[in-house]
Amino acid sequence: MKTFLNSAKVPLIAFVVLWVLGIFVNFSFNSYIQLILIYIMINMILAMSLNLVNGYTGQFSLGHAGFMASGAYTSAYLSTVIPMPAGAMQLPYFFALALAGGLVASVAGLLVGLPSLRLKGDYLAIVTLGFGEIIRVTLLNTDAVGGARGMYGIVGPTDWSLAGIPISRFMGGFTHALIWVLVCFFTIWRIIRSAHGRAFLSVREDEVAAESMGINTTRAKVLAFVLSSFFAGVAGAIFAHYANYLNPSSFTFMRSVDAVIMVVLGGMGSLSGSLLAAIFITVIPEALRPIQELTGYDLRMVIYSLSLVLLMILRPQGLFGKYEITEALPWLQKFFKKSKATATTDGGAS
Amino acid sequence: MSTPLLEARSITMQFGGLKAVDSLQFQIQKGELMGLIGPNGAGKTTVFNMLTGVYQPTQGDVIFDGQSIKGKKPWQVSHLGMTRTFQNIRLFKELSVLENVLVASNQQIEYGFFSPLLKTKKFLDQEVALRKEALELLRIFHLEGKANDEASSLPYGEQRKLEIIRALATKPKLICLDEPAAGMNHNETHALMETIAKIRKDFSLTVLLIEHDMKLVMGICERIVVLDHGVKIEEGTPEKIQASKKVIEAYLGTDEDLQGSSSTTGGH
Amino acid sequence: MADFLQHVINGISLGSIYALIALGYTMVYGILQFINFAHSDVYMVGAFIAYFVARAVGMTESPGIETLVILLGASMVGCALLGVAIERLAYRPLRKAPKINILITAIGMSLFLEYFGQVVFGADPKVFPSVLQDSVLFQMGTVPLKSLDIAVLGVTLVMMFALNFLIYHTKIGRAMRAVSTNMNVASLMGVNNDFIISFTFFVGSALAGAGSVLVGMKYPKIDPLMGMMIGLKAFVAAVLGGIGNIQGAVLGGLIMGLSEEMVVGYFSSTYRDALAFGILIVILIFRPAGLLGKYTVEKV
Repeated sequence: MKTFLNSAKVPLIAFVVLWVLGIFVNFSFNSYIQLILIYIMINMILAMSLNLVNGYTGQFSLGHAGFMASGAYTSAYLSTVIPMPAGAMQLPYFFALALAGGLVASVAGLLVGLPSLRLKGDYLAIVTLGFGEIIRVTLLNTDAVGGARGMYGIVGPTDWSLAGIPISRFMGGFTHALIWVLVCFFTIWRIIRSAHGRAFLSVREDEVAAESMGINTTRAKVLAFVLSSFFAGVAGAIFAHYANYLNPSSFTFMRSVDAVIMVVLGGMGSLSGSLLAAIFITVIPEALRPIQELTGYDLRMVIYSLSLVLLMILRPQGLFGKYEITEALPWLQKFFKKSKATATTDGGAS
Repeated sequence: MSTPLLEARSITMQFGGLKAVDSLQFQIQKGELMGLIGPNGAGKTTVFNMLTGVYQPTQGDVIFDGQSIKGKKPWQVSHLGMTRTFQNIRLFKELSVLENVLVASNQQIEYGFFSPLLKTKKFLDQEVALRKEALELLRIFHLEGKANDEASSLPYGEQRKLEIIRALATKPKLICLDEPAAGMNHNETHALMETIAKIRKDFSLTVLLIEHDMKLVMGICERIVVLDHGVKIEEGTPEKIQASKKVIEAYLGTDEDLQGSSSTTGGH
Repeated sequence: MADFLQHVINGISLGSIYALIALGYTMVYGILQFINFAHSDVYMVGAFIAYFVARAVGMTESPGIETLVILLGASMVGCALLGVAIERLAYRPLRKAPKINILITAIGMSLFLEYFGQVVFGADPKVFPSVLQDSVLFQMGTVPLKSLDIAVLGVTLVMMFALNFLIYHTKIGRAMRAVSTNMNVASLMGVNNDFIISFTFFVGSALAGAGSVLVGMKYPKIDPLMGMMIGLKAFVAAVLGGIGNIQGAVLGGLIMGLSEEMVVGYFSSTYRDALAFGILIVILIFRPAGLLGKYTVEKV
């Protein structure tokens, strides 16, 4: 128990600080901004989880959308079978649904990963793309979850009151999402700074050498993949219950590409980079909307894709490369303890 | 005669039509320091790859410490106690010196998946212990000052040393060194000879060595196996090898070859 | 039986088109070991080039051999130049970068062409000009051999023959083979790698252009996203045959075309697209080198 409390210290502080921020957003901004914030958090989870596979383990997966879809539809379907409780019980309810979604997605990750992870580079990318599409096409043809029409009226957090204090649906959704963002962040952060994480990194660096030094590289790759798809499923579940509508067209190859772009933009191997990139990628298209109104053309995707090409040519390491923000901007280290992913002599920090 | 630590039983490696190694048979006793030499392309690294599970022999078997290696993957072979270094250094370039060593000691960890997440005492204690051991290894080789440096930033000689240290971190019984002296000058080679002798003593190791530097080989190897075109052509003590006509021919060619070449170089 | 033959003819026709596009993927992979995601969008641009050229010279309603040749020429030249430009501007700067960077650039380039195409050409489909009179040239028993199918086969055979001659009987073809085997050694032997790589893109893209005219001829609705599905299928064809292998691309294309026809004809048309993914996954899991390819073992 003692160790649990000790290890929960930093995450809990982070939760409280960010949650207070959420309360601020709740009262200061309209529902459009609030929606954007929730989407940012969903994208953060997607980016961090994909970073685990693409960035830390060096495997190029292009099928993340498929796992997100698995989690989204699982959670949504379960919510039609298990009715939503009222009030304060909503949070554990949605949390449990997201957990279920994540577990189903991780099983999908296992099934996809086991045969595919023997392949290298381009081949792995194509196979994961293919599996992602197969998942989507399967959902498209499954009438029990709405097929091509999609699934309507999925329950989501509602407004309720706690002893007279009104709690908006945004606060419910935000709290849920925040918990998962932190769980995802700290899980990946701590795993990377352990022997398991070192195994991932060694696979990325030199798989042959890693195997010769006793690393079960297949197990490492599959573990990274399964963990990654778990969180993708969770992100999908959060999405399902806040958007209240699901359609397979939300989970196309483009969605996987979005996730890859976030990882690359933030820096492959940088969790803080993924967080920042998620903010950019969610906000920029919305910020560019006025251009669409102005010119009458939807140039956003044109700008988006062109920026991708330029990013790769001019700054391929993205924002922070393989470092965390505290290394890229050393003056921030005053606020945070040492955070390098590469093990240092003082060990086990944060 | 006691059971050898490593026995290659008539191993053959065939790539399509090419027999890279043909029916190779040899043994290494525990504690021995053995050399594997031969002209370039003789198949020496291929042999290493077969011994460590990187290649599966097309025929034959490798028995290590009483167990067959057949079908085992390199990480399983490593867990059994056989480790290696690489001819072209294969360090984890972007990881730190310390981390390169820590990866190799993954075999020793006893915590599961959730321990790091909850930062249990077991996890924290083991991490501290592992780091201590890794730093100790680095200290023996005078690299502890560079523990946090990126592995690729090390000068060539130190990178080679790091590869050996990393292999040692797997707590092996047998270490296969693939051309550890490549690119080294006279002094460095001499230091390497001392290092190899030292680790063999301090870590109770058996050593198998591929090398081209004859001074090194003849200087420290107790027994030598000579390979040419995938076939063992000679085996014995350094003296026997140095005196062997077969070995000289394999490296320098026969009398006819020598005559032919001297006429084209036009004398001198 | 007549039905079956009809399906075979359709399959070969479709497969020829897949082969033409697959060749572009396979040639670029053979030489640079990278999947040019933007290839299918270059193909799409080719269709639009032909469309606009036909409108410009007033040939939208005059089917005939002349039209076929002119449109083929316009599309092939346009695609070839576009392919070379993309290589020069987006891929060449990344020649030495890690593979994932160039892959992402290719994806970005592909998206750019699709979305820019939607802005410039308009997202709604256009009607491709009439290329050939759709008539029955002769009968094989009860099975009609239509002019369009004959044309597809004819053009494809001409292209294949020309490509084969280029690669195996010319100096530049020898240089291409050298570069795809070992780029560094080829340059030591005096081959200008940059030129050969550009040339490979030139030829591969030109073939895609030819494919787009043939597709426009048979299925006259064109739109900026038309490259996606066919690009995927052609890519699977290249992988099926053994990516990097010229004969493999042709073989793969024919197999893809025939199997797609058979599935649609005898099974269900809803699975027409899923078939491609299925084949892809089966091949990559059981025989990643493809039918005619070789899986190279990494030297340790």
